[in-house]
Amino acid sequence: MMHKDEKIWLTLSFGLIMGFMLITGYQTLVLGMGPPSGMDTIDPQAVETTAPFDEPGVYQIGENEYEVVMTLQVFSFDPGDIEIPAGSTVHFTMTSKDVIHGVQIAGTNMNAMVTPGHVQRITQTFSEPGEYLMLCNEYCGTGHQFMATTITVK
Amino acid sequence: MEAVKLNFQDKTNKALGINEEDALITKTYMIVAFTALLIGGTLGLLQGLNRAGLLELPVWFNYYQVLTAHGLLLVLVLTAFFTIGYFYAAMSHSLGGLLPKVRKMAWIGFGMKIVGFVMAVIPILLNQATVMFTFYPPMAASPWFYIGLVFIVLGVWMCAFGAFIQVANWRKNNKGQHLPIISYFATGVFVLLFFGSVPVAIEVLYIIPWSIGWIETINVMLARTLFWAFGHTLVNIWYLTALSAWYVVVPKIIGGRRFSDTLTRLVIILLVIMNIPGGFHHQIVDPGITESVKYMHVFMSLAIGFPSLMTAYAMFSVFEKTARKKGGTGIFAWFKKLPWGDVRFLAPMIAMIAFIPGGAGGIVQSTNQLNQVVHNTLWVVGHFHLTVGTTVVLTFFGISYWLVPYVSKRVLTPKINKLGVITTLIWTAGMSFMAIAMHWVGLLGSPRRTSYTTYADNATALSWDPYLMFLAVGGTLLMVGVILQVYAVVHLMFFAPKGETEFPIADVEDNASKTPMWTESWGRVVVLLLLLVAMGYVIPLVEFIGNAPPGSPPFQTW
Ligand SMILES: [Cu+2]
Repeated sequence: MMHKDEKIWLTLSFGLIMGFMLITGYQTLVLGMGPPSGMDTIDPQAVETTAPFDEPGVYQIGENEYEVVMTLQVFSFDPGDIEIPAGSTVHFTMTSKDVIHGVQIAGTNMNAMVTPGHVQRITQTFSEPGEYLMLCNEYCGTGHQFMATTITVK
Repeated sequence: MEAVKLNFQDKTNKALGINEEDALITKTYMIVAFTALLIGGTLGLLQGLNRAGLLELPVWFNYYQVLTAHGLLLVLVLTAFFTIGYFYAAMSHSLGGLLPKVRKMAWIGFGMKIVGFVMAVIPILLNQATVMFTFYPPMAASPWFYIGLVFIVLGVWMCAFGAFIQVANWRKNNKGQHLPIISYFATGVFVLLFFGSVPVAIEVLYIIPWSIGWIETINVMLARTLFWAFGHTLVNIWYLTALSAWYVVVPKIIGGRRFSDTLTRLVIILLVIMNIPGGFHHQIVDPGITESVKYMHVFMSLAIGFPSLMTAYAMFSVFEKTARKKGGTGIFAWFKKLPWGDVRFLAPMIAMIAFIPGGAGGIVQSTNQLNQVVHNTLWVVGHFHLTVGTTVVLTFFGISYWLVPYVSKRVLTPKINKLGVITTLIWTAGMSFMAIAMHWVGLLGSPRRTSYTTYADNATALSWDPYLMFLAVGGTLLMVGVILQVYAVVHLMFFAPKGETEFPIADVEDNASKTPMWTESWGRVVVLLLLLVAMGYVIPLVEFIGNAPPGSPPFQTW
């Protein structure tokens, strides 16, 4: 009943999907490129008094390695206008003080949701100098289009 | 006696077309659907012009209000009313007329949905529900917005139960027979409509007491997960509706036969079973979900690609066979033998072609790493305008050129057909401008759901502006398309010449193998569906409830 070309097509389709699976698995499990999945929780109404978010800022934790402790709230990132040297690896530790926000740095693969009650973690290495635009990509209210800041890599 | 009666009904159906009362249901549903297209399309144009920086929207009707209403009208009203109106006509046609009880349920459902929409739209217009169609807590709209949503869901359920009663009645009277294929599609769609909207119903019932203030805080991630168990299912319901026209109607219109009946039914079953967990890919970059759960969901989302790839084969096989029978030759030359000048073919055909990049984009979004690159950028909106805006909507347009005259007992004139061809081409051009520009600028990092902004003249943001201009161009073309399409529907419903239009259903091939009876056991399909939903959702929901952070109070940020 099944024609030869139909069998070929179904085999190719199945192979294509399995290929995507294997590549995703390899990236996630072997290369450690899994998606941002911060698992810690926090009281969203007590962000300002909970460490480390009681002191948001940029902290150097090693040679070319920084931690940015950041809160997101309508309609800003705290801290903003970050400066780091070229070649730095930055570990962002983020949470929201109010509604759901999304953080994205144009021109990089850094993109994550930041939801109240959770601590989101994502790491990005900035090899090229320049000014990077960091913006909120989840609608969060009337000033959503103003929610942006920059990361200057020198 | 029973046989004679049925036969008589068959004959009257053939001779007189659809029963007047059944036709009225579909006509009314179509009027609502295309009114929603007109208003929602206009709001879309306003948005496109704003996003390109060409138009400033007034404070009393801002970009986010427009966007909320645009989404609700097009993704919910247009599609839901079209689907239900279409499948009720299909059941009336293929199952020998609607039962009086079922007809009544369709009307009650209609009333509940309209009441619900009015209740949801008024707070949007008053700027008390500018929460987008995803209404993620802890953003909190006026309670009336959510109460409206409850009525919409109840109305949809009413129509789904009506369909189940209609189908069960037919099966009781036609033991041992296969449900006619178009009603088989209807069954799949209504099963998904019911089970897919259960999670959002739970979510909304949880939000209402919180938005009123009876409970203080809400579990944000639980609500978000329940939303997406519903949200993506909905998109695939419209897709399954479009598939019904591709598999059943288009072969008849081009003068061919249907592809394997067994395969068609298998594709429907697979889509019904696998759809609900498919929505999880919206949460790939969310916190609170482990990487291994996300990886399992990549698998569950990608699996939906398989029946789609089967469909691609089936459709092109039907096209080639039919064209060759008409004397088509060569590897590609047979393409010319297809009736390109017939809007009833052209529109769904372009819809199918658009699904090639659309489906590929779906695979991209299901995959962890690619998803992270495009998540919440305009790329996603481009994908959506390809799959829903082009694939689904153009198929619906194509259906309207025979469905509307079928229910209004009129005929499609060559003039309206020509207008339809022009509309289809304008729509295709408009959506191409829009979707290609959105995909591209999304890759460059332009976010979605944001009104016009240059982020204080940031150089990166300014470099996106030329691409955004295409949104204005696309939106303008689409508005022309909307006006022409609405004109055609009104004409076909009230002014076209009287006459008989058939409900086109292609026959299976002469040498077709017998369809196995297991395809008829919907009970088993539902059990499998629930099993897959459990596989996909038990772990994350247990995690979200068991390890829940303190909840969030309501915020109004607009
Ligand atoms: Cu934000």
